[in-house]
Amino acid sequence: MQLYLPIADLPVNVFLVLAMGAAVGFVSGMFGIGGGFLMTPLLIFIGITPAVAVASVASHIAASSFSGALAYWRRRAIDPALAGVLLCGGVTGTALGVWTFTQLRALGQLDLMIALSYVVLLTTVGSLMFSEGLRALMRTRRGTVPPRRTHNWIHGLPLKMRFKRSKIYLSVIPIVIVGIVIGFIGAVMGIGGGFILVPIMIYLLRVPTSTVIGTSMVLTLVTMLFATMLHAVTNHLVDAVLALILMVGGVTGAQFGARAGQKIRGEQLRLLLGLLILSVGVRFAIELVIRPEDLFTIRELGVSG
Amino acid sequence: MKRTLLAALLVLLPGSVAHAERLIVSVSNHRVTVTPNYSGEELVLFGSVEKDASTPADRTTYDLVVTVMGPRADMVTRRKERTFGIWINTDYRQFLQVPSYLALFANRPFEFITSPEIARRQQIGLNNVLLTQRVSGDYADVVPNDAFRSAFIRLRTQRGLYREDASAVTFLTPTLFRTGIPLPAEVPIGTYEVEIKLFANGAFIGKTETAFEIVKVGFEQFVATTARQNGLVYGLVTAAMALMTGWMASVVFRKD
Repeated sequence: MQLYLPIADLPVNVFLVLAMGAAVGFVSGMFGIGGGFLMTPLLIFIGITPAVAVASVASHIAASSFSGALAYWRRRAIDPALAGVLLCGGVTGTALGVWTFTQLRALGQLDLMIALSYVVLLTTVGSLMFSEGLRALMRTRRGTVPPRRTHNWIHGLPLKMRFKRSKIYLSVIPIVIVGIVIGFIGAVMGIGGGFILVPIMIYLLRVPTSTVIGTSMVLTLVTMLFATMLHAVTNHLVDAVLALILMVGGVTGAQFGARAGQKIRGEQLRLLLGLLILSVGVRFAIELVIRPEDLFTIRELGVSG
Repeated sequence: MKRTLLAALLVLLPGSVAHAERLIVSVSNHRVTVTPNYSGEELVLFGSVEKDASTPADRTTYDLVVTVMGPRADMVTRRKERTFGIWINTDYRQFLQVPSYLALFANRPFEFITSPEIARRQQIGLNNVLLTQRVSGDYADVVPNDAFRSAFIRLRTQRGLYREDASAVTFLTPTLFRTGIPLPAEVPIGTYEVEIKLFANGAFIGKTETAFEIVKVGFEQFVATTARQNGLVYGLVTAAMALMTGWMASVVFRKD
């Protein structure tokens, strides 16, 4: 069934977009990530302009992270205090990121910057996660006890606060900084940032796995709602019809994904997510390195008359 | 003043009388509406060549070239080059106010219809249509085999937005003709100009113009205008929609 998208100005197959939303939603529910780094390239692939894709994906991520966050909230897997501190940084970072985005765009070469940061970020995060997952898997197979978590320098910082639900006692400084970084990266690259936030929270802040995903979803939800508003007000590029189809598919997929995620052990989950992120990063890298099929591209600068 | 105008008219008049034929054309639909299930359409242009007393008796066969031009827009063509091992956009050309849709139809190959000289002057064929570029501060079209120009036409043609078909116009009788105007699914919204040029024995003997428009109606129109005019409200509604969808899903899929 074909449906005409009013802002993207092209007809799409409803079932194809629904299926894409569901597939990405499944992945996002399973790993507790927004899935923007998967959805945006998929939309561009079916012919939607990158600007519209990025803007519409923001609201799709907001929807699926909201339904995910609600589910985690019921299971008391969200730390409200931790989420609040993260958000202080997140909102500041998003505003900074949007400003940088505008500056980069004025300089040109924004596409290259985005592609390069995708490659660097995804391959680094992906390979780190993958190798860590492998090591953890080998440890459990050998039956050895994982080394006791030691406190690192982060735990020596001042302004400590007790986060009851996560059962950690931590300085707010690194949490706010992490929020700023994620908000900034998210705004510049058009992604939710959950896939970076989760490992940072686990390895750097030592947040227990039980509250990590739910709490990161809250941050994703708020930054993506903020991004949707910004895109709608400044660029008028949010396609509500496209967003709605993606949302319906996305939230459905996310529910099943969340259930599947609970059945898989933590280490395997990390291994899988690492592999997924790594492969998207490698795909971007290949695109930069191999000779493109067509050396020329056209970009419309707006129709007049 | 009036007298000079009249004199000028009188000088011009014999010229237009020499164009002894009159072209009468019509498009099957002057207003194409884009609805939710729009996925491309084909319009039909039909018309006839009307002769009058001053038409030379030996003139029996005609040639026609139909040019359809969509709303104009500025576009940028970029070229990738290998720098430090990766392919990045290095060079670009800006095309100014070029048609977003361009179709040229004729009843036989352009080179049989008229001389290259007239074809260039009348912009017959994709190679001869004026595509203004900004070349280091200058505004000009370039030679047809320019790399950026041919890449631009090739990419637009791949998307079905530029086309050239030298057999699309059919003469039903020696003076009655028709041609189809295929509109792809991702057609630009706006006013389309149609120019019909008449040739006989290689000479350009007259032209006429018509137009049609492609518009969004109903829900599509409403969404598009709201997004443009009330960005804040639109954003709020979209955000609320996202929250609603998320909440509904968590209610529907609740385990208990």
